[in-house]
Amino acid sequence: MIAAGELHSVLALAQRDLTKLLRDRARLITTVIFPFIFIGALGGTLSASFGRAPGFDFLTLTFTGVYAQTLFQSTAMGMISLVIDRENDFSQELFIAPVSRYTIIAGRILGETLVALPQALAILAFGLVIGIHISLPQLAGLIGTGIIVAFFGGAFGVLVLAFLNNQRAANQIFPFIFLPQFFLAGVFTPIQVLPWYLEIPSRIAPLRYAVDFVRGVFYAGTSDYDHVVLQDPVANFAVIGPAFLVCLVIGTFFFVRAERNR
Amino acid sequence: MTAAAAPARTDLDLPLDVDTIVVRDLVKRYRGAELNAVDGISLNVRAGELFALLGPNGAGKTTTISILTTTLAPTSGVALIGGHDLATDPSAVRRTVGIIFQKPSLDLNLTAEENVRLHAILYGLFPYRPFFQLMPIGYRDRVRELSAILGIEREMFKAVKTFSGGMKRKLEIVRSLMHRPRVLFLDEPTSGLDAASRRALWDYLREVRADTKATVFLTTHYLDEAEDADRICILDKGRIVAEGTPAAVKQDLTHEYLVVDAADRDALRRELTARGIGHRETPLFEIPLDHVGAHALLKSIDTPLVTVRTVAPSLEDAYLKVLARS
Repeated sequence: MIAAGELHSVLALAQRDLTKLLRDRARLITTVIFPFIFIGALGGTLSASFGRAPGFDFLTLTFTGVYAQTLFQSTAMGMISLVIDRENDFSQELFIAPVSRYTIIAGRILGETLVALPQALAILAFGLVIGIHISLPQLAGLIGTGIIVAFFGGAFGVLVLAFLNNQRAANQIFPFIFLPQFFLAGVFTPIQVLPWYLEIPSRIAPLRYAVDFVRGVFYAGTSDYDHVVLQDPVANFAVIGPAFLVCLVIGTFFFVRAERNR
Repeated sequence: MTAAAAPARTDLDLPLDVDTIVVRDLVKRYRGAELNAVDGISLNVRAGELFALLGPNGAGKTTTISILTTTLAPTSGVALIGGHDLATDPSAVRRTVGIIFQKPSLDLNLTAEENVRLHAILYGLFPYRPFFQLMPIGYRDRVRELSAILGIEREMFKAVKTFSGGMKRKLEIVRSLMHRPRVLFLDEPTSGLDAASRRALWDYLREVRADTKATVFLTTHYLDEAEDADRICILDKGRIVAEGTPAAVKQDLTHEYLVVDAADRDALRRELTARGIGHRETPLFEIPLDHVGAHALLKSIDTPLVTVRTVAPSLEDAYLKVLARS
Protein backbone atom coordinates (compact mmCIF):
# COMPACT_ATOMS: atom_id res chain seq x y z
CA MET A 1 0.00 0.00 0.00
CA ILE A 2 2.79 2.38 0.91
CA ALA A 3 4.70 1.57 -2.27
CA ALA A 4 1.54 2.02 -4.34
CA GLY A 5 0.83 5.36 -2.72
CA GLU A 6 4.35 6.55 -3.37
CA LEU A 7 4.17 5.37 -6.99
CA HIS A 8 0.91 7.27 -7.51
CA SER A 9 2.60 10.36 -6.09
CA VAL A 10 5.57 9.96 -8.44
CA LEU A 11 3.21 9.73 -11.42
CA ALA A 12 1.15 12.74 -10.32
CA LEU A 13 4.28 14.85 -9.87
CA ALA A 14 5.64 13.74 -13.23
CA GLN A 15 2.38 14.62 -14.96
CA ARG A 16 2.58 18.10 -13.50
CA ASP A 17 5.90 18.78 -15.25
CA LEU A 18 4.71 17.36 -18.56
CA THR A 19 1.45 19.35 -18.39
CA LYS A 20 3.38 22.55 -17.82
CA LEU A 21 5.60 21.89 -20.84
CA LEU A 22 2.67 21.11 -23.13
CA ARG A 23 0.96 24.36 -22.10
CA ASP A 24 4.08 26.43 -22.73
CA ARG A 25 4.32 26.58 -26.53
CA ALA A 26 7.32 28.90 -26.60
CA ARG A 27 9.31 26.57 -24.37
CA LEU A 28 8.20 23.56 -26.38
CA ILE A 29 9.39 25.11 -29.64
CA THR A 30 12.74 26.37 -28.33
CA THR A 31 13.63 23.12 -26.59
CA VAL A 32 13.04 21.22 -29.82
CA ILE A 33 14.88 23.66 -32.08
CA PHE A 34 18.11 23.95 -30.09
CA PRO A 35 19.41 20.40 -30.77
CA PHE A 36 18.68 20.88 -34.49
CA ILE A 37 21.23 23.65 -34.55
CA PHE A 38 23.85 21.40 -33.00
CA ILE A 39 23.25 18.44 -35.26
CA GLY A 40 22.44 20.31 -38.45
CA ALA A 41 24.96 23.10 -38.27
CA LEU A 42 27.87 21.61 -36.35
CA GLY A 43 27.51 17.98 -37.39
CA GLY A 44 26.76 18.95 -40.98
CA THR A 45 29.77 21.24 -41.15
CA LEU A 46 32.13 18.65 -39.72
CA SER A 47 30.71 15.94 -41.92
CA ALA A 48 31.08 18.11 -45.02
CA SER A 49 34.70 18.84 -44.11
CA PHE A 50 35.82 15.39 -43.08
CA GLY A 51 33.24 12.96 -44.52
CA ARG A 52 34.33 9.45 -43.50
CA ALA A 53 38.02 10.34 -43.46
CA PRO A 54 38.54 9.53 -39.74
CA GLY A 55 36.93 6.08 -40.24
CA PHE A 56 33.40 7.00 -39.17
CA ASP A 57 30.59 9.40 -40.14
CA PHE A 58 30.84 12.70 -38.27
CA LEU A 59 27.16 13.46 -38.64
CA THR A 60 26.18 10.20 -36.96
CA LEU A 61 28.72 10.78 -34.21
CA THR A 62 27.31 14.24 -33.58
CA PHE A 63 23.75 12.94 -33.76
CA THR A 64 24.31 10.32 -31.07
CA GLY A 65 26.33 12.76 -28.95
CA VAL A 66 23.72 15.49 -29.09
CA TYR A 67 20.94 12.96 -28.43
CA ALA A 68 22.60 11.80 -25.20
CA GLN A 69 23.70 15.30 -24.20
CA THR A 70 20.22 16.75 -24.77
CA LEU A 71 18.49 14.16 -22.62
CA PHE A 72 21.10 14.38 -19.86
CA GLN A 73 21.25 18.16 -19.82
CA SER A 74 17.53 18.75 -20.29
CA THR A 75 16.65 16.63 -17.28
CA ALA A 76 19.49 17.99 -15.18
CA MET A 77 18.58 21.61 -15.91
CA GLY A 78 14.90 20.78 -15.57
CA MET A 79 15.57 20.10 -11.91
CA ILE A 80 15.99 23.86 -11.52
CA SER A 81 12.20 23.73 -11.29
CA LEU A 82 12.76 22.52 -7.71
CA VAL A 83 14.36 25.87 -6.93
CA ILE A 84 11.71 27.74 -8.91
CA ASP A 85 9.04 25.99 -6.86
CA ARG A 86 10.84 27.09 -3.72
CA GLU A 87 10.91 30.69 -4.93
CA ASN A 88 7.23 30.53 -5.96
CA ASP A 89 6.28 29.09 -2.57
CA PHE A 90 4.96 25.92 -4.17
CA SER A 91 7.60 23.67 -2.64
CA GLN A 92 6.01 24.12 0.80
CA GLU A 93 2.87 22.42 -0.56
CA LEU A 94 5.01 19.52 -1.78
CA PHE A 95 7.19 19.19 1.28
CA ILE A 96 4.28 19.23 3.69
CA ALA A 97 2.75 16.22 1.95
CA PRO A 98 3.02 12.93 3.87
CA VAL A 99 5.18 11.22 1.25
CA SER A 100 8.85 10.39 1.23
CA ARG A 101 11.17 13.21 0.16
CA TYR A 102 12.73 10.69 -2.24
CA THR A 103 9.30 10.19 -3.79
CA ILE A 104 9.03 13.92 -4.45
CA ILE A 105 12.48 14.06 -6.06
CA ALA A 106 11.85 10.86 -8.04
CA GLY A 107 8.59 12.33 -9.31
CA ARG A 108 10.40 15.44 -10.47
CA ILE A 109 13.12 13.41 -12.21
CA LEU A 110 10.49 11.32 -14.01
CA GLY A 111 8.63 14.50 -14.90
CA GLU A 112 11.69 16.15 -16.38
CA THR A 113 12.48 12.92 -18.22
CA LEU A 114 9.04 13.11 -19.81
CA VAL A 115 9.72 16.76 -20.61
CA ALA A 116 12.94 15.75 -22.37
CA LEU A 117 11.20 13.07 -24.45
CA PRO A 118 9.64 15.42 -27.03
CA GLN A 119 13.14 16.74 -27.63
CA ALA A 120 14.46 13.21 -28.01
CA LEU A 121 11.73 12.33 -30.49
CA ALA A 122 12.42 15.50 -32.45
CA ILE A 123 16.12 14.66 -32.61
CA LEU A 124 15.35 11.15 -33.81
CA ALA A 125 13.02 12.49 -36.49
CA PHE A 126 15.57 15.09 -37.51
CA GLY A 127 18.27 12.42 -37.71
CA LEU A 128 16.16 10.40 -40.12
CA VAL A 129 15.44 13.50 -42.21
CA ILE A 130 19.12 14.35 -42.64
CA GLY A 131 19.88 10.79 -43.71
CA ILE A 132 21.23 9.06 -40.63
CA HIS A 133 20.58 5.36 -40.93
CA ILE A 134 18.81 4.04 -37.85
CA SER A 135 17.76 0.39 -37.79
CA LEU A 136 14.89 -0.76 -35.58
CA PRO A 137 17.20 -2.37 -32.99
CA GLN A 138 19.23 0.86 -32.95
CA LEU A 139 16.03 2.87 -32.47
CA ALA A 140 15.02 0.67 -29.54
CA GLY A 141 18.54 1.04 -28.13
CA LEU A 142 18.41 4.83 -28.44
CA ILE A 143 15.07 5.02 -26.64
CA GLY A 144 16.13 2.65 -23.85
CA THR A 145 19.52 4.24 -23.24
CA GLY A 146 17.98 7.70 -23.63
CA ILE A 147 15.60 7.10 -20.73
CA ILE A 148 18.44 5.82 -18.53
CA VAL A 149 20.59 8.82 -19.46
CA ALA A 150 17.72 11.21 -18.68
CA PHE A 151 17.26 9.69 -15.21
CA PHE A 152 21.01 9.97 -14.65
CA GLY A 153 20.92 13.63 -15.69
CA GLY A 154 18.04 14.30 -13.30
CA ALA A 155 19.88 12.80 -10.35
CA PHE A 156 23.01 14.77 -11.29
CA GLY A 157 20.90 17.94 -11.45
CA VAL A 158 19.51 17.32 -7.94
CA LEU A 159 23.04 16.90 -6.60
CA VAL A 160 24.14 20.22 -8.13
CA LEU A 161 20.99 22.03 -7.00
CA ALA A 162 21.28 20.77 -3.45
CA PHE A 163 24.04 23.31 -2.93
CA LEU A 164 22.45 26.26 -4.72
CA ASN A 165 20.08 28.68 -3.07
CA ASN A 166 18.26 30.30 -5.94
CA GLN A 167 17.36 30.18 -9.59
CA ARG A 168 19.86 32.86 -10.54
CA ALA A 169 22.74 30.90 -9.06
CA ALA A 170 21.50 27.76 -10.80
CA ASN A 171 21.28 29.49 -14.17
CA GLN A 172 24.85 30.71 -13.78
CA ILE A 173 26.35 27.48 -12.50
CA PHE A 174 24.71 24.99 -14.87
CA PRO A 175 26.26 26.32 -18.12
CA PHE A 176 29.60 26.45 -16.31
CA ILE A 177 29.20 22.78 -15.44
CA PHE A 178 27.88 21.63 -18.82
CA LEU A 179 29.85 23.55 -21.41
CA PRO A 180 33.22 21.91 -20.62
CA GLN A 181 31.49 18.52 -20.57
CA PHE A 182 30.38 18.99 -24.20
CA PHE A 183 34.04 18.65 -25.19
CA LEU A 184 35.27 16.42 -22.37
CA ALA A 185 32.48 13.91 -23.09
CA GLY A 186 33.03 13.94 -26.84
CA VAL A 187 29.58 15.12 -27.79
CA PHE A 188 30.76 16.61 -31.11
CA THR A 189 34.21 15.19 -31.55
CA PRO A 190 35.86 11.86 -30.75
CA ILE A 191 37.90 11.71 -27.55
CA GLN A 192 39.71 8.44 -28.14
CA VAL A 193 42.99 10.25 -27.66
CA LEU A 194 43.25 13.05 -25.15
CA PRO A 195 46.25 14.65 -23.42
CA TRP A 196 46.49 13.63 -19.77
CA TYR A 197 45.33 17.03 -18.49
CA LEU A 198 42.05 16.57 -20.40
CA GLU A 199 41.80 12.83 -19.86
CA ILE A 200 41.47 13.29 -16.08
CA PRO A 201 38.55 15.76 -16.13
CA SER A 202 37.00 13.76 -18.97
CA ARG A 203 36.89 10.66 -16.81
CA ILE A 204 35.27 12.65 -14.01
CA ALA A 205 32.60 14.15 -16.31
CA PRO A 206 29.29 12.25 -15.90
CA LEU A 207 28.24 13.18 -19.44
CA ARG A 208 31.15 11.15 -20.84
CA TYR A 209 29.57 7.92 -19.56
CA ALA A 210 26.09 8.97 -20.72
CA VAL A 211 27.26 9.75 -24.27
CA ASP A 212 29.44 6.66 -24.52
CA PHE A 213 26.63 4.47 -23.14
CA VAL A 214 24.27 5.63 -25.88
CA ARG A 215 26.93 5.24 -28.58
CA GLY A 216 27.97 1.83 -27.28
CA VAL A 217 24.46 0.51 -27.81
CA PHE A 218 23.87 2.42 -31.08
CA TYR A 219 27.13 1.37 -32.74
CA ALA A 220 27.07 -2.23 -31.43
CA GLY A 221 27.92 -4.64 -34.22
CA THR A 222 28.97 -1.93 -36.67
CA SER A 223 32.39 -1.29 -38.18
CA ASP A 224 32.48 2.19 -36.63
CA TYR A 225 32.23 0.82 -33.07
CA ASP A 226 35.98 0.68 -32.41
CA HIS A 227 36.55 4.17 -33.81
CA VAL A 228 33.80 5.83 -31.78
CA VAL A 229 33.04 3.92 -28.57
CA LEU A 230 35.33 4.30 -25.56
CA GLN A 231 34.24 1.33 -23.48
CA ASP A 232 31.66 -1.44 -23.33
CA PRO A 233 28.08 -0.29 -22.57
CA VAL A 234 28.00 -2.67 -19.59
CA ALA A 235 31.03 -0.89 -18.16
CA ASN A 236 29.32 2.46 -18.71
CA PHE A 237 26.16 1.23 -17.03
CA ALA A 238 28.27 -0.01 -14.12
CA VAL A 239 29.31 3.62 -13.67
CA ILE A 240 25.94 5.23 -14.41
CA GLY A 241 23.86 2.99 -12.07
CA PRO A 242 25.82 3.59 -8.85
CA ALA A 243 26.45 7.24 -9.78
CA PHE A 244 22.69 7.71 -10.24
CA LEU A 245 21.99 6.32 -6.77
CA VAL A 246 24.76 8.33 -5.14
CA CYS A 247 23.61 11.57 -6.80
CA LEU A 248 19.96 10.88 -5.92
CA VAL A 249 20.55 10.01 -2.27
CA ILE A 250 23.14 12.69 -1.51
CA GLY A 251 21.35 15.32 -3.60
CA THR A 252 17.97 14.66 -1.99
CA PHE A 253 19.46 14.62 1.50
CA PHE A 254 21.16 17.97 1.09
CA PHE A 255 18.31 19.56 -0.85
CA VAL A 256 15.77 18.63 1.84
CA ARG A 257 18.17 19.69 4.55
CA ALA A 258 18.59 23.08 2.89
CA GLU A 259 14.80 23.32 2.61
CA ARG A 260 14.19 22.70 6.34
CA ASN A 261 17.38 24.03 7.96
CA ARG A 262 17.25 27.67 7.03
CA MET B 1 -0.92 5.87 3.05
CA THR B 2 -1.08 3.28 5.75
CA ALA B 3 2.32 3.67 7.28
CA ALA B 4 2.19 2.68 10.92
CA ALA B 5 2.38 5.85 12.97
CA ALA B 6 4.76 6.02 15.89
CA PRO B 7 2.98 5.73 19.22
CA ALA B 8 1.78 9.05 20.61
CA ARG B 9 3.99 10.59 23.26
CA THR B 10 2.49 11.02 26.68
CA ASP B 11 5.51 12.07 28.70
CA LEU B 12 4.70 15.76 28.56
CA ASP B 13 2.62 17.26 31.31
CA LEU B 14 -0.72 17.51 29.52
CA PRO B 15 -3.15 14.82 28.39
CA LEU B 16 -3.10 14.53 24.62
CA ASP B 17 -6.80 13.77 24.35
CA VAL B 18 -7.36 17.33 25.52
CA ASP B 19 -4.45 19.09 23.85
CA THR B 20 -4.01 18.68 20.13
CA ILE B 21 -0.94 20.88 19.98
CA VAL B 22 1.68 20.82 22.71
CA VAL B 23 4.76 23.00 22.37
CA ARG B 24 7.59 23.15 24.88
CA ASP B 25 10.54 25.54 24.86
CA LEU B 26 10.54 25.93 21.10
CA VAL B 27 13.52 27.86 19.74
CA LYS B 28 14.44 28.77 16.19
CA ARG B 29 17.49 30.74 15.16
CA TYR B 30 17.97 31.15 11.42
CA ARG B 31 21.40 30.57 9.96
CA GLY B 32 23.55 33.65 10.37
CA ALA B 33 21.00 35.42 12.59
CA GLU B 34 22.08 36.97 15.88
CA LEU B 35 18.70 36.66 17.58
CA ASN B 36 16.20 33.84 17.93
CA ALA B 37 13.18 34.20 15.64
CA VAL B 38 11.27 32.03 18.11
CA ASP B 39 12.67 32.27 21.61
CA GLY B 40 11.55 29.48 23.90
CA ILE B 41 7.79 29.48 23.51
CA SER B 42 5.52 26.92 25.18
CA LEU B 43 1.82 26.63 24.50
CA ASN B 44 -1.08 24.18 24.36
CA VAL B 45 -3.99 24.19 21.98
CA ARG B 46 -6.96 22.09 22.94
CA ALA B 47 -8.91 19.88 20.55
CA GLY B 48 -11.52 21.83 18.64
CA GLU B 49 -10.25 25.24 19.74
CA LEU B 50 -9.81 28.29 17.57
CA PHE B 51 -6.40 29.49 18.71
CA ALA B 52 -5.02 32.80 17.44
CA LEU B 53 -1.33 33.65 17.43
CA LEU B 54 -0.91 37.40 17.18
CA GLY B 55 2.07 39.68 16.88
CA PRO B 56 3.70 42.35 14.74
CA ASN B 57 5.73 41.57 11.62
CA GLY B 58 8.81 39.58 12.55
CA ALA B 59 7.35 38.39 15.85
CA GLY B 60 7.86 34.73 14.89
CA LYS B 61 4.33 33.71 13.92
CA THR B 62 5.10 32.25 10.51
CA THR B 63 8.28 30.65 11.82
CA THR B 64 6.22 28.92 14.52
CA ILE B 65 3.67 27.66 12.00
CA SER B 66 6.42 26.51 9.64
CA ILE B 67 7.97 24.46 12.44
CA LEU B 68 4.63 23.02 13.55
CA THR B 69 3.84 21.96 9.99
CA THR B 70 7.29 20.32 9.57
CA THR B 71 8.53 22.59 6.78
CA LEU B 72 11.18 24.15 9.02
CA ALA B 73 13.45 22.43 11.54
CA PRO B 74 13.53 23.95 15.04
CA THR B 75 16.82 24.76 16.70
CA SER B 76 15.60 23.15 19.92
CA GLY B 77 12.43 22.31 21.79
CA VAL B 78 9.64 19.75 21.54
CA ALA B 79 6.34 19.93 19.71
CA LEU B 80 3.58 17.35 19.41
CA ILE B 81 0.64 17.53 17.04
CA GLY B 82 -2.12 15.06 17.84
CA GLY B 83 0.38 13.20 19.98
CA HIS B 84 2.89 12.82 17.15
CA ASP B 85 6.36 14.19 17.72
CA LEU B 86 7.52 16.55 14.99
CA ALA B 87 11.08 15.32 15.31
CA THR B 88 10.46 11.58 15.20
CA ASP B 89 7.23 11.20 13.25
CA PRO B 90 6.85 14.11 10.83
CA SER B 91 4.90 11.98 8.37
CA ALA B 92 2.11 11.35 10.90
CA VAL B 93 2.07 15.07 11.69
CA ARG B 94 1.68 15.89 7.99
CA ARG B 95 -1.31 13.56 7.73
CA THR B 96 -2.89 15.25 10.74
CA VAL B 97 -2.60 18.86 9.63
CA GLY B 98 -3.80 21.05 6.82
CA ILE B 99 -2.36 24.47 6.13
CA ILE B 100 -3.18 27.63 4.30
CA PHE B 101 0.15 29.33 3.82
CA GLN B 102 0.70 33.06 4.16
CA LYS B 103 1.78 33.26 0.52
CA PRO B 104 -0.41 31.27 -1.87
CA SER B 105 1.21 27.93 -2.55
CA LEU B 106 -0.43 27.03 -5.83
CA ASP B 107 0.95 26.03 -9.23
CA LEU B 108 -0.33 28.87 -11.38
CA ASN B 109 0.19 26.91 -14.61
CA LEU B 110 -2.20 24.17 -13.56
CA THR B 111 -5.96 24.40 -13.32
CA ALA B 112 -7.58 24.64 -9.92
CA GLU B 113 -8.74 21.04 -10.14
CA GLU B 114 -5.25 19.85 -11.12
CA ASN B 115 -3.83 21.55 -8.02
CA VAL B 116 -6.42 19.83 -5.87
CA ARG B 117 -5.88 16.47 -7.59
CA LEU B 118 -2.12 16.62 -7.04
CA HIS B 119 -2.74 17.31 -3.34
CA ALA B 120 -5.26 14.47 -3.03
CA ILE B 121 -2.87 11.97 -4.60
CA LEU B 122 0.13 13.14 -2.55
CA TYR B 123 -1.95 12.64 0.59
CA GLY B 124 -2.84 9.12 -0.55
CA LEU B 125 -6.56 9.89 -0.63
CA PHE B 126 -7.10 8.66 -4.17
CA PRO B 127 -5.08 6.73 -6.77
CA TYR B 128 -3.35 8.53 -9.62
CA ARG B 129 -5.40 9.11 -12.73
CA PRO B 130 -4.32 11.46 -15.53
CA PHE B 131 -7.71 13.18 -15.92
CA PHE B 132 -10.49 14.42 -13.65
CA GLN B 133 -13.05 12.27 -15.48
CA LEU B 134 -11.00 9.16 -14.68
CA MET B 135 -10.72 9.94 -10.95
CA PRO B 136 -12.90 7.92 -8.55
CA ILE B 137 -16.42 9.21 -7.99
CA GLY B 138 -15.58 10.00 -4.36
CA TYR B 139 -12.95 12.47 -5.47
CA ARG B 140 -15.15 14.12 -8.06
CA ASP B 141 -18.00 14.48 -5.56
CA ARG B 142 -15.74 15.99 -2.90
CA VAL B 143 -14.24 18.50 -5.33
CA ARG B 144 -17.72 19.51 -6.52
CA GLU B 145 -19.00 19.75 -2.95
CA LEU B 146 -16.14 21.88 -1.63
CA SER B 147 -15.95 24.13 -4.68
CA ALA B 148 -19.71 24.67 -4.61
CA ILE B 149 -19.60 25.70 -0.95
CA LEU B 150 -16.94 28.29 -1.77
CA GLY B 151 -18.64 29.32 -5.00
CA ILE B 152 -15.75 28.49 -7.32
CA GLU B 153 -17.19 25.40 -9.03
CA ARG B 154 -17.23 27.15 -12.42
CA GLU B 155 -13.56 28.11 -12.09
CA MET B 156 -12.24 24.69 -11.09
CA PHE B 157 -11.09 23.87 -14.61
CA LYS B 158 -9.47 27.20 -15.34
CA ALA B 159 -5.75 27.98 -14.93
CA VAL B 160 -5.01 29.37 -11.48
CA LYS B 161 -3.02 32.24 -13.02
CA THR B 162 -6.37 33.76 -14.04
CA PHE B 163 -7.65 33.76 -10.43
CA SER B 164 -8.05 36.77 -8.18
CA GLY B 165 -6.43 36.79 -4.73
CA GLY B 166 -9.71 35.84 -3.10
CA MET B 167 -10.28 32.92 -5.42
CA LYS B 168 -6.77 31.63 -4.81
CA ARG B 169 -7.45 31.71 -1.08
CA LYS B 170 -10.70 29.81 -1.57
CA LEU B 171 -8.92 27.25 -3.70
CA GLU B 172 -6.29 26.78 -1.01
CA ILE B 173 -9.07 26.15 1.49
CA VAL B 174 -10.69 23.57 -0.78
CA ARG B 175 -7.33 21.90 -1.17
CA SER B 176 -6.40 21.98 2.50
CA LEU B 177 -9.71 20.39 3.50
CA MET B 178 -9.52 17.51 1.01
CA HIS B 179 -7.84 15.20 3.50
CA ARG B 180 -10.10 16.29 6.39
CA PRO B 181 -7.30 17.46 8.69
CA ARG B 182 -7.76 17.38 12.46
CA VAL B 183 -5.71 20.53 12.79
CA LEU B 184 -5.95 23.41 10.36
CA PHE B 185 -3.17 26.01 10.33
CA LEU B 186 -4.18 29.33 8.82
CA ASP B 187 -1.25 31.70 8.34
CA GLU B 188 -2.80 35.12 7.76
CA PRO B 189 -5.48 33.58 5.56
CA THR B 190 -7.24 36.84 4.75
CA SER B 191 -4.23 39.03 4.04
CA GLY B 192 -4.69 40.83 0.74
CA LEU B 193 -8.42 40.10 0.55
CA ASP B 194 -11.14 42.74 0.26
CA ALA B 195 -13.71 43.09 3.02
CA ALA B 196 -16.38 41.03 1.25
CA SER B 197 -13.97 38.17 0.55
CA ARG B 198 -12.74 38.26 4.15
CA ARG B 199 -16.26 37.97 5.47
CA ALA B 200 -17.16 35.16 3.06
CA LEU B 201 -14.02 33.28 4.00
CA TRP B 202 -14.73 33.50 7.70
CA ASP B 203 -18.36 32.51 7.25
CA TYR B 204 -17.12 29.40 5.52
CA LEU B 205 -14.40 28.68 8.08
CA ARG B 206 -17.03 28.87 10.84
CA GLU B 207 -19.07 26.28 8.96
CA VAL B 208 -15.99 24.09 8.58
CA ARG B 209 -15.28 24.29 12.29
CA ALA B 210 -18.85 23.46 13.14
CA ASP B 211 -18.91 20.50 10.74
CA THR B 212 -15.48 19.00 11.29
CA LYS B 213 -14.69 20.04 14.87
CA ALA B 214 -11.20 20.70 13.56
CA THR B 215 -8.72 22.55 15.72
CA VAL B 216 -7.80 25.83 14.07
CA PHE B 217 -4.44 27.52 14.67
CA LEU B 218 -4.61 31.03 13.23
CA THR B 219 -2.18 33.86 12.75
CA THR B 220 -3.59 37.18 11.66
CA HIS B 221 -2.97 40.89 11.54
CA TYR B 222 -6.69 41.60 11.76
CA LEU B 223 -7.48 41.79 15.46
CA ASP B 224 -11.23 41.60 14.86
CA GLU B 225 -10.69 38.10 13.44
CA ALA B 226 -9.03 37.06 16.68
CA GLU B 227 -11.96 38.34 18.78
CA ASP B 228 -13.80 35.10 17.93
CA ALA B 229 -10.91 32.92 19.07
CA ASP B 230 -11.28 30.68 22.08
CA ARG B 231 -7.80 31.70 23.16
CA ILE B 232 -5.14 34.04 21.90
CA CYS B 233 -1.42 34.26 22.33
CA ILE B 234 0.53 37.44 21.59
CA LEU B 235 4.12 37.03 20.40
CA ASP B 236 6.71 39.76 20.30
CA LYS B 237 10.34 39.25 19.30
CA GLY B 238 9.82 35.50 19.43
CA ARG B 239 8.46 35.45 22.98
CA ILE B 240 4.96 35.08 24.39
CA VAL B 241 3.96 38.36 26.01
CA ALA B 242 0.26 37.66 26.69
CA GLU B 243 -1.96 34.60 26.61
CA GLY B 244 -5.55 33.72 27.46
CA THR B 245 -9.09 34.20 26.23
CA PRO B 246 -9.64 37.45 24.33
CA ALA B 247 -11.87 38.65 27.19
CA ALA B 248 -9.27 37.83 29.82
CA VAL B 249 -6.46 39.53 27.90
CA LYS B 250 -8.63 42.60 27.42
CA GLN B 251 -9.66 42.62 31.06
CA ASP B 252 -6.09 42.35 32.26
CA LEU B 253 -4.88 45.19 30.13
CA THR B 254 -7.77 47.54 29.45
CA HIS B 255 -10.86 48.82 31.18
CA GLU B 256 -14.34 49.80 30.14
CA TYR B 257 -15.08 53.46 30.81
CA LEU B 258 -17.82 56.04 30.60
CA VAL B 259 -17.40 59.20 28.56
CA VAL B 260 -19.45 62.20 29.64
CA ASP B 261 -19.47 65.95 29.03
CA ALA B 262 -21.54 68.89 30.20
CA ALA B 263 -22.32 72.39 28.96
CA ASP B 264 -21.02 73.65 32.33
CA ARG B 265 -17.75 71.74 32.38
CA ASP B 266 -16.48 73.50 35.52
CA ALA B 267 -19.55 72.36 37.43
CA LEU B 268 -19.09 68.76 36.23
CA ARG B 269 -15.41 68.82 37.18
CA ARG B 270 -16.24 70.15 40.67
CA GLU B 271 -18.97 67.58 41.21
CA LEU B 272 -16.84 64.61 40.13
CA THR B 273 -14.03 65.75 42.41
CA ALA B 274 -16.38 66.34 45.29
CA ARG B 275 -17.92 62.89 44.95
CA GLY B 276 -14.50 61.23 44.66
CA ILE B 277 -15.21 59.89 41.20
CA GLY B 278 -11.84 59.30 39.51
CA HIS B 279 -11.68 60.63 35.98
CA ARG B 280 -9.43 62.13 33.38
CA GLU B 281 -10.12 64.79 30.76
CA THR B 282 -9.17 63.98 27.14
CA PRO B 283 -10.83 66.68 26.81
CA LEU B 284 -14.12 64.80 27.48
CA PHE B 285 -14.47 63.28 30.93
CA GLU B 286 -13.48 59.59 31.00
CA ILE B 287 -14.64 57.70 34.09
CA PRO B 288 -13.43 54.07 34.60
CA LEU B 289 -16.19 51.52 35.18
CA ASP B 290 -14.07 49.16 37.26
CA HIS B 291 -16.31 48.72 40.26
CA VAL B 292 -19.48 50.50 39.39
CA GLY B 293 -22.10 50.17 36.69
CA ALA B 294 -22.71 52.93 34.16
CA HIS B 295 -26.33 53.32 35.24
CA ALA B 296 -25.50 53.81 38.93
CA LEU B 297 -22.75 56.23 38.07
CA LEU B 298 -24.98 58.36 35.86
CA LYS B 299 -27.68 58.46 38.54
CA SER B 300 -25.16 59.87 40.97
CA ILE B 301 -24.26 62.86 38.76
CA ASP B 302 -26.50 65.91 39.10
CA THR B 303 -24.80 68.22 36.56
CA PRO B 304 -26.82 68.19 33.31
CA LEU B 305 -24.87 66.13 30.76
CA VAL B 306 -24.75 66.73 27.01
CA THR B 307 -22.65 63.70 26.11
CA VAL B 308 -22.92 60.18 27.48
CA ARG B 309 -21.42 57.02 26.07
CA THR B 310 -19.67 53.89 27.29
CA VAL B 311 -16.48 52.66 25.66
CA ALA B 312 -15.56 48.94 25.65
CA PRO B 313 -11.92 48.52 24.60
CA SER B 314 -11.29 46.19 21.70
CA LEU B 315 -8.75 43.42 21.48
CA GLU B 316 -6.73 45.80 19.33
CA ASP B 317 -6.48 48.23 22.27
CA ALA B 318 -5.22 45.42 24.48
CA TYR B 319 -2.85 44.19 21.78
CA LEU B 320 -1.29 47.61 21.32
CA LYS B 321 -0.93 47.97 25.06
CA VAL B 322 0.84 44.61 25.30
CA LEU B 323 3.27 45.52 22.56
CA ALA B 324 3.94 48.94 24.02
CA ARG B 325 4.65 47.34 27.38
CA SER B 326 6.92 44.61 25.97
